Amino acid sequence: MPNKKTNKFWGFAKKEFRHIFRDKRTLLIIFGMPIAQLLIFGYVVTNEIKDANIAIFDKSGDYLSQKLTSKLGSSGYFIPTTFIHSETEIEPVLRSGKAKMVLVYEPNFAQKFYKEGKSSIQIITDASEPNTASLLSNYAWAIINSFAIENGVKEFSSSSIDIRLRMLYNPELKAVFMFVPGTMALILMLITAMMTSISIAREKELGTMEILLVSPLKPSQIIIGKVLPYVGLAFTNALVILFLGYTVFSLPMRGSLLLLLLVNFIFIILALSLGILISTVSKTQQVAMFFSMIGLMLPTILLSGFIFPIENMPVILQWLSLIMPPRWFISALKTIMIKGEGILYVWKEILIMLGMIVFFLTLSIKKFKVRLS
Amino acid sequence: MRIILYIIQKEFLQIFRNKTMLPVIFMVPIVQLLILANAATFEMKNINLSVVDFDNSLRSREIIRRFDASPFYSIVPTERSVEKAVELVHSNKTDAVLVIPKGFEKDLDNAYRPKVQLLLNAINGTSAALANAYTSSILISYSQNIMLEKTGSNLIKPSSISTQTSYWYNPELKYSHFMVPGILVILVTIIGMFLTALNLVREKEIGTIEQINVTPIKRYQFIIGKLIPFWIIAMFELAFGLLVGKILFNIPINGSLLLLFSFAGIFLVLALGGGLLISSSSSSQQQVMFVAFFFMIIFILMSGIFTPTESMPNWAKIFNHINPLYYFMKVNRMVLLKGARLSDISESFISTSILAVIVLTFAIRRYRKTT
Repeated sequence: MPNKKTNKFWGFAKKEFRHIFRDKRTLLIIFGMPIAQLLIFGYVVTNEIKDANIAIFDKSGDYLSQKLTSKLGSSGYFIPTTFIHSETEIEPVLRSGKAKMVLVYEPNFAQKFYKEGKSSIQIITDASEPNTASLLSNYAWAIINSFAIENGVKEFSSSSIDIRLRMLYNPELKAVFMFVPGTMALILMLITAMMTSISIAREKELGTMEILLVSPLKPSQIIIGKVLPYVGLAFTNALVILFLGYTVFSLPMRGSLLLLLLVNFIFIILALSLGILISTVSKTQQVAMFFSMIGLMLPTILLSGFIFPIENMPVILQWLSLIMPPRWFISALKTIMIKGEGILYVWKEILIMLGMIVFFLTLSIKKFKVRLS
Repeated sequence: MRIILYIIQKEFLQIFRNKTMLPVIFMVPIVQLLILANAATFEMKNINLSVVDFDNSLRSREIIRRFDASPFYSIVPTERSVEKAVELVHSNKTDAVLVIPKGFEKDLDNAYRPKVQLLLNAINGTSAALANAYTSSILISYSQNIMLEKTGSNLIKPSSISTQTSYWYNPELKYSHFMVPGILVILVTIIGMFLTALNLVREKEIGTIEQINVTPIKRYQFIIGKLIPFWIIAMFELAFGLLVGKILFNIPINGSLLLLFSFAGIFLVLALGGGLLISSSSSSQQQVMFVAFFFMIIFILMSGIFTPTESMPNWAKIFNHINPLYYFMKVNRMVLLKGARLSDISESFISTSILAVIVLTFAIRRYRKTT
């Protein structure tokens, strides 16, 4: 009587669904998380440098050095907050973090610039933050260079090459193009894998799994019934993120919405199957939590191309990123949303994700059988 | 005191009896440290460049050779068509397209300021800005050479300002020196906080907490007894992580370890106290996980682990005053890399201590209410 069986299955799924919805706090967090994260990424996590505190050690103190200092100050990148007067003050200023960079003008700065055609500035940066240090010194270098051209002989600059720049896909260089796809991957991955792995491990830990297994439902039906509500939750989350990205951060939606939703769906199933695998190997919720939380969070942020470009990583890490599910998801998202391409450009990502699903599920079924015997 | 010691002893027995958990606590973080410490870099090591050369002259070929010779560029061959080259950007085969128009050489030699077009894949804004800076500097230095060659050095050269940059505390700009202390902060926090939080709520879930509640143990004794074992594990984890970082990444330890561990000690009281607070107001491990995860991810992202906190908007800077990870992130890097002293980190020290007292008080009070 297949009809009765399906009824039982839906009854079970409904029960699981109610179980989740009864827990208001968890629900609040599941839906509050994408919003909080998007806001943080949108407004806070940015590698742009603005208003960096710098210290000036002006051994010359002439009008040219002062003019350059005020030009640096008006650039928006730097605020000259500390003015120091001896070599011994450099170290404490950097060590305490009062300044990220110290500019040292040589004595007779203006005179050397005009009479000898060359003057020099020493830039000392706090490279304990290497990304910031190299960005700051690059910006300072660019400002100083253009200052030299403005105040030096005029015709030289006009002879150089005129570079017409076109930034494809993202003319304003907005960081949102990186972080919306990244946040989607992070949230879908963690929420889905974490919730699934823990909810199954919970049944095991409390001993209720045994009871479920002797019920007339097949083990596969039990698993599906348990994960089905999470598919719904994760998919709703994906929609919320997309909507916020589109309305609040004006992320483009250039490609097919249907394809985008399909890719999201596949990724959610992928995260679910990973969660199932984690739960089959963990005895307790704690172990499941450690695998899914500690094991997935940092790698998802760092190895998926979310914040840091994969091409810049050491080759071994580039290889490793190939087995990171979010990498393929993020790549597909960007291709569809930002580049506006169709299935011809994302079939590879889709196939890889499907392959991973098959792999994880096969492995969990194997593990599951071993446990039962 | 004796009661607290008994609880601690009991907790340790339970922790060491769990054979699956221990390797996880120590192996997973160290493996992550090893793998991830090198991932976080914006430094461009390889820009794939396609040149569409309509001029096909001596000069344009010389420019292509310059890019080819640079360690930062790989030339991706393309046909003489802008559409074909943009197609390569679409399929991620190339990052940048340089279009050299016809008449480039003639314009350059006659000082007509020749035009070139540079198309960049700007989905990652930072990478695009860097690629633009590198490419422009190669083109400009090339044209300057041509100008010098033509005008001869007897003519007046324009004045210039030379800059010498020195990178203190990390002269080779090693990203691992920056990331290892940062990742350590996160791992130690997550492990300490989650273990504590899950431990308490697990007792609730399986009902053993009722048994403890009927014993004459005082609330604060119970909380302290729960806190200390995980505090020791987290401190040990920090020491272990530092050792691994020293041996494998040769991270500098320029400051006083005593100072670092004193700060870490206070920080962990705060983090674990937070864990207890969360768990005493939750009824299942699942709830604890989600609440903890929610706060952790916000604290982590705002702590400055990847990006400078100075550039954040004001409201974020204000928020960071109550972000424990912000302080620990700062102190860990300052002490290890810059050899910061107590006077340099006194503000973080005081703030963290105040937060620790507040959170611990709340944790003890909250616990009393639920029973």
